[in-house]
This record gives sequence, structure tokens and C-alpha cells, in this order.
Amino acid sequence: MYQHTRLTTNRLGFFQKFRNFDYILLICILLLGFISLATMYSTDGGEVKFHTKSHFTKLAVFTLMMLVMSFINIKYWFSIGYLAYIAIVGLLVGTYLFGITSSGSQRWINLYFINLQPSELMKIFIIVCLAKFFHRMKLENVNSIYTILTSLIIILLPMGLVIVQPDLGTAVLIAISGIAVLWFAGINYKYFIYTILGFVISLPFVIAFLKPYQKLRVLTFLNPDKDPLGAGYQIIQSKIAVGSGGIFGKGFLKGTQSYLEFLPEKHTDFIFTLFSEEFGFVGSAILLVIYAVIIYRIVAIGASSRSYFAKIFCYSFGVAIFVFITINMSMVLGLLPIVGSPLPIMSYGGSSMLATMIGFGIVMSARVHNQQLIA
Amino acid sequence: MINSSSDNVKKLNSINRRMFITGSLKFFVMIGIVSRLFFLQVKENKKYLTLSDKNRIREWKLAPVRGEFHDYFGNVIAGNFEAYQLHVIPEQVEDFRYVIYRLRDLLELSDTEFKKVLKKKNEIKPWETLIVSDNLSWQKFSKINNHLYDLNGVKPVISISRNYPFKENFTHLIGYVSQANQDDIESTQAIKKNFVPGLKVGKIGLEKTFEEKLIGTNDIERYEVNAYGRRISQLEFQKGEKGKTLRLTIDTEVQKLSNELLKDKAGSICVMDIYTGAVIAMHSSPSFDPNLFVFGISQDDWQLIRNNPMKPLVNKTLQGNYSPGSTIKPIVALSALENGIVNTNFTVRCTGKTEMYGQTYHCWKKKGHGYVSLRNAMKQSCDTYFYEIARKLGVDRLSETAKKFGLGEKVFGDLFDIEKKGLIPNTQWKKNALGKGWLLGETIITGIGQGYIQTTPIQLCLMTAQIANGGYKIYPHLVVDDKVKDQPIDKFTPLYKNSKNIKIIQDAIFGSTNEVMGTSYRSRIDNPKYQFAGKTGTAQVKKITEEERELDLKTFQIPYEQRDHALYVAFGPYKNPRYALSVIVEHGGNGSTTAAPMATKLFKLIIDRHKIRESLGNKKYLEI
Repeated sequence: MYQHTRLTTNRLGFFQKFRNFDYILLICILLLGFISLATMYSTDGGEVKFHTKSHFTKLAVFTLMMLVMSFINIKYWFSIGYLAYIAIVGLLVGTYLFGITSSGSQRWINLYFINLQPSELMKIFIIVCLAKFFHRMKLENVNSIYTILTSLIIILLPMGLVIVQPDLGTAVLIAISGIAVLWFAGINYKYFIYTILGFVISLPFVIAFLKPYQKLRVLTFLNPDKDPLGAGYQIIQSKIAVGSGGIFGKGFLKGTQSYLEFLPEKHTDFIFTLFSEEFGFVGSAILLVIYAVIIYRIVAIGASSRSYFAKIFCYSFGVAIFVFITINMSMVLGLLPIVGSPLPIMSYGGSSMLATMIGFGIVMSARVHNQQLIA
Repeated sequence: MINSSSDNVKKLNSINRRMFITGSLKFFVMIGIVSRLFFLQVKENKKYLTLSDKNRIREWKLAPVRGEFHDYFGNVIAGNFEAYQLHVIPEQVEDFRYVIYRLRDLLELSDTEFKKVLKKKNEIKPWETLIVSDNLSWQKFSKINNHLYDLNGVKPVISISRNYPFKENFTHLIGYVSQANQDDIESTQAIKKNFVPGLKVGKIGLEKTFEEKLIGTNDIERYEVNAYGRRISQLEFQKGEKGKTLRLTIDTEVQKLSNELLKDKAGSICVMDIYTGAVIAMHSSPSFDPNLFVFGISQDDWQLIRNNPMKPLVNKTLQGNYSPGSTIKPIVALSALENGIVNTNFTVRCTGKTEMYGQTYHCWKKKGHGYVSLRNAMKQSCDTYFYEIARKLGVDRLSETAKKFGLGEKVFGDLFDIEKKGLIPNTQWKKNALGKGWLLGETIITGIGQGYIQTTPIQLCLMTAQIANGGYKIYPHLVVDDKVKDQPIDKFTPLYKNSKNIKIIQDAIFGSTNEVMGTSYRSRIDNPKYQFAGKTGTAQVKKITEEERELDLKTFQIPYEQRDHALYVAFGPYKNPRYALSVIVEHGGNGSTTAAPMATKLFKLIIDRHKIRESLGNKKYLEI
């Protein structure tokens, strides 16, 4: 009788929401969570120790949080866009002022119940914020000076706060998240081309301004064998671990490179190395397929969403997740210099997982409320 | 509304177009990552697998078990024993301070030893083995074992180490082992290859010469290690090979007797088989206990050996350059006969001294020997006779014969790097070495083995052996079955022009021992089984002045360093000779009173042992 009821009704029943769930995405996330737990168990030397326990707790809590988030209307996430951005910028300022220093950089802030790394959250919320910014904007206004300047400020402000920590890697990832939104929002191609050209031209000057350790990283990346026990150690050992894995890997809990502690940072940035050593090319390919399916689902959810905000968020988040994965893997495989960037879900680290799960939560919410229009 | 919706459509078109562009970009990047994975894990897998193994597998070499030295009869003269050691791995000790102080009390370590241990502990990694003590007595070892309950992390270990059961008897011959130093590692390939910290290698003697044969090969343990080098698990144990055991020609009984005879004296005894060249005994006195060096000699012991005026560190058999004295006379006489200077009927009148070229030359017997022929002159060792025939012979012809019989030449070739060549002078030599012309007076004193001429005890022994075997060349050797292929082609070539001359010399030497008036008559053995023939020698170490000659001092009245060296060379049994020997007692006074009686005792034993030796040899041939 009322053909358009579903289109006009904003309210969905609890069970309807369940029906709207993207189960493929959910299964993939749970699968990834399971794989990450197994890998973490391996980094603990085949015992349930601190990292495994802690990772499990975070995984459970944040997955639950993601599910709860998916029941909350996408409208709500739209509405808190600016507020969340401002709050996190506030946290970044707080980090700058009272942050916890660890291994030479001030990245964490003590929130009494949790030590949070606000820069990780910013990777997601900059997308929310910019997606909201462009949501109502007419296409002809997108390329106006005002828009471009405002969006640049939105990106550069947190970037600057992260660079001073210092954490160049995360700052670049925040920028990439933001630029992804600008790209989907329809900023003229030529600006991207100019930016890339400008970047290439200014590269020598940028290098001149890099901190010595950053310069060293770039040089080491270009020639890791020059200093195999010093700066090149991580890249070399990581390549050895991955390469020695072979087609089927050395077997679960049998990765000698990690088990004998040759691998640096095996819980965090180099978790893929350990996984790849133990499960080989086949295992790594399966992991990549899971990630690919996740990204595909995120993009598909974006495509099926009616609201522009949901669309632009999903597409940009898809790009962001993709970039996080590829940068982490390229770095571990010796294709990029070592920049601290975790592998989403797999790496140990609460803030990174929280941010990723929030992203998944919003995507899920967009899926559940995919007919929701935002005024 | 329409306007807004058309804008929406435009926006959607734009975003979808860009989404497709992004999607295809993602696809290509993904392909890139997968191909990189494929490259590393499939294509380059072997390379990285090797690198990974290189990372995680480390080898530990253990000291090889050294080959032994046996004497001719199979007695171990340099062997291995189980040394009781105490190892501590600092990391496995809960309270290192407590344990180390407890050990100090139990082992009664001195302050310096204790400090050394603590210093060593600071130099190693906490999971490496600290050797607290490398050679414990059984008492202390069992004491530690009784207290193990409160010495957590302390490991009593039994390890293999060098042992010389006959102590000072074989020191100069075999040498000793001690910790390898940088020079040892660089100079010998085998040491470099098998080196482990604490490896003991030969420092002197045969231990050094045969290092490559004795050293053996390492046991190899392969361990899986972590990034910090800590051992995780043993993967493999590869047993090394024990070094080659060498059987020597030496008879321990004879060697022991030599040591006994030279007790508290400085000198040398060597005994040789005159046909095979097998060395039966070779001893230099005073000697020292080589076991002292195995675990590092203490400063006190070292000073005691180093400062001993009798110079125990010198291997007198090979390194001692002595004037041969009268022991050269058989060669002088032989040379004169061979060159037709004299015959057996030629006589010289000895009046106790003779004037030649304005210089007075004394015979050892003041009253003189009267008219002496060759046989009598040899028997009574008449100096005047030999002055005369030396003068007639000339030093060049004399040196030729002497060199033929092995003087002035290394006896063992390259076997010992310390061996001296001695010196057989001739006119050419003096011109080259000293740049002066030869004086006739020098020929005259060379005739009685004084002046420039210098010989080592082993050379004298070889010389006597070659006279005793009828004048045939032999090559002395110490190791049994040491590669027959190396046998020199000129072995057993005659050294004489006329074999009758050798007979004459042998007979003259026989007279010297077994006939009344002979210089070593008092040391003779009448039983033909043991009967030997020998020539005494007394080598002056300084020129005797006229006043001293007048005083005619007895040996004990002269200061030790100025006393004559006593020499004796002999072969026996006379009827069917088999062994030759040389005895030198530094500053022993007279050859006939000091050196010759030693030969009597030696020959008794040597000839008794001969039968046992032969039976062993025969048995060996039967087995083959």
C-alpha cells in the first residue's frame, strides 16, 4: 500500500537492523581478530601471556563497541563530526602539554583508565569531520578558495600537532586520510597533480629539514646492507623472516626469526612479518584476501548508502584502511622506509584498534541505516 | 529542490567516477604487494632460508683430543688424562657473590687466583662458561661434589688434558704443550683451523714438530641461538677425530737410566742403533717437569727453571755446541789413513810437549808417551801424535772426512728447529766467516778437537755409529714407521775409501777401552756379551796458562765454570756392534773418570734390552 514507507521512515526495528547487518564484513573482521590473536599468541612464545591477554580483551571490548555503534543511527555520527574532531585536537594539545614520553616521542596521554594515542583516533575522525564538511556543499563550491583553505587547515592542524610529538608516520597517514576525503569530495584533479609535483620538487628541501634519525631511515631503506647491525637491522631481519617463510611457512609457533628474537617490534609494526614467516606465501595471500574483502565490503556499503556523508565516509575510510595496510606491508617487505604504522587489527595497540573499530562501527551503521537520508 | 537534486546527481557522478579510479589503483597496488611477497617467499626463498639458518644456528668447537706419544714398547710417554675442572655459568647462579666466595673457601684459592677468576667473569657474557679451576686435585674435586647442594649453578666437569707420566725424563725430546698464543695460531694452519679458547699446543720438541699430526679435529656442537647469542637447543653433535698417536724409537728404560746418570749434572746422553739410526735414548740434563707448563707455569717455578745456572731450558743434545776434544781423534786418524798420510806403522815420539811453528803444544801426559803408533796413540789418546798427523793432513782434508761422518750438519734435518749445526772449520770457512787466513797452529789443535771445531752430542753419537757400522751412512730418526717413502736414497752408502781403515779405527778404539793403558780401561766390561769400545774426550773450556799447568789442579779445585767438559763416545757389543752412544758431562772434568763409567752402566742395560726390542720387532713382522 505504502510503497515508500521504508524510504521515508527513519526508524528501524531492532530486528530489522539485525537483518541489515553486513555479515560478510562482520565475519571477515572476526576472522581477522582470530588470526591476530593466534599471531599474538605466537609472539608470546606459544603461551598465553600479557600481549595475548591484553589483545584479546581489547578485541572483545572494541568488537562489542563496534556492534553497539552499528545500531546507532548514522545521523548521530554525522552530527558529532565537528565535536569529535575538536575533542581530539584538544587531546592532541593535551598530549603535547602533558603527554607520556616513550622511546623518544610524546604520543600518549593518560586518561586515567587508559593510555590513549589521540593521533591514531585522528586518522578516522578527520574523515568524519571532513565528510561532514563536504556533505552539504554544492559541487561548484567545492573548489572555492574558502573550501580548500578550510579543509587544508582541518588537515594541517592535527598534522602539525602530531609532527611535533614527533611522529611523522602517523602525521602522513592522517594527511592521507584527509586527502582521500578531498579527493572524493571532488576537488579538482589539477590540485592533486600540482601537489604531487610540488612535493617531488620540494623533496630535497624536505630531506634537508628531516631529523637525523629520519634521514637515517630513508638512507637505510635505500641501502639496508650498509649498516646491517645498526639502522638496517630491522629491514634485513624482516626480509629474512618473510623470505625464509617460503610457500607454506615454517608452521605455527615455529617462526625461528621471531621466536629467537631476531625480529624487532614483532607485536606491533612487524606483526605481519611473523605471520608471514609462520604461514608463508599462502597464509599471507589469504590474509590479503581477507583485507581485500573487508575493503570491498566497505566500498560496497558506501555505494549502497543513500546519504552523501555515508558514501564519502565509506569510500575515504576504505582508502585509509587500504593505505594503512599497504604502507605497513611495504615497509615490512622492504618497499618503503621504516615509518611507524601499525597493521589494522593485527598489530598490538589499543588506540589503533579503537580507531579502526570506530571506523568499522560507522561503516556498519551506514550499512544498517543505508536508506537514511541526512538533511 | 530540483536544483539541489541535480547537484546531488552531479556530486554522485563525481564521487562514483573517482571511486572507480581509486578502486583500480588499489587493485594495482595490491598486485604489487602480492608480487613482492611472491618474489621474497617463493623466488628468493632459498636465499632467505639460508640467511635465517645463519642467523639462528651457531657452531661451538670443542678442543680436540690430542694424539699421544708412545715409546717403542707402547708405553705412554705423553698421554691424556681426565682433568677435573669446575665450571660456573654466572647466569644460572642465583647469588653469584655467595657461590664464588664459598668456592674460594672450599678450593682455598689465593687472592691472586681469586682476582683472576673475578676478572674473567667480567669479561664473559653471563651465559658463557666461567672456568673457575681447570685442574683440580681429586680431593678438592670430591669436596666440591659433596658441597654441590649449596652451590647452585656450579658444574664439576671432567675434561681431557695432557699428561707426561715420566715427568722430566722426556722433556727436551717431546717438549710440552701450553695455551696457544697468537704466534702459534698464525704460524700453523692446523692450529688456526682447530683453535678454540684454551687450546693447548706444542711449544717445543716433538710436540711442536708434529703439531699437525697430533692436534686432531674439533668436536663440533651446533646450537640454535637467539638474537642475543644465547643457546636455545642443541641441534647436532659432530664427534671430532683424535690426533694421531706417534710411536717413538725411544726405550723408556734407557732414557730413565740416562736421566738418573746425569742427575745433578749438566750434560747429555744419546744412544743410537747403528744400523737403523733409531734413537734409543736422547736426554739433556738438567731437565724439568713438563707438566708444570700444561696449565700455565707459576712465576716461582718459572724463575727457578730460568735462573738455574745449568740451563735446563737448553736442549744440550741438539743445541749444545761443544769442542769434541779427543773424541774427534778417530775421525782424524781415519782421515789420515784414508788420505794415505800415515799407515799403522807410522810412529811419533811423545815427550809430553812439542814445539811447532814457535809454539809449544802439550800432551795431556806430562811425562810423554814415548814412541807411539796409531793404535797406541788412540788407546792412550796421545795428543802429540795427533798434533803431528793433523799437521801432515791439513785442516781441509780433515774437515772433508768429518763432514762425511755427519759433523757440521743437522742430524735430524727439519725435525727440530732449535738444532744447531756445530762447526767443522776449514780454510775457506775462516776466510769467509772471519776474513782471516788459516794458521797452521789452528790445524794442530783441531787435531785434538779444540779450537774452532764444535759438535753437538747427537753428531758425536752419529759419528760413532757410522764408524761402528763399518762406515755406512745412516739417518737417525725418532718416530717409528714415519713414512718409509721419505727414506733418503744415500742410506747405507759407504763413507770410506777403504773399509780396512774403518777396521783399524774400530780396533784402536777397542784397545782404548779394553787394554791396559787404555784411557777408559777402568770402565771396561770383560763379558763379551756387553764388551764395548769407546773413546774418551776432555774438552777444555778455556786456554790453560803456564802457571795453571804448573799447579796441576784436581778437578774439584777449579771453579765449576772453568772445569773441562767430560766426553765419551762408544759402541758395542764389540764382537757384533749394534749400538753407539755419546755422553757429555758439562764441566765434568775428565772423560775417563766422569763420562766413561756412565757408558758401562748404559751398555749393560742397552744390551739386556736389545733382546726384548728385537722380539718386539720380529713379532711385528710376523703379524704383517
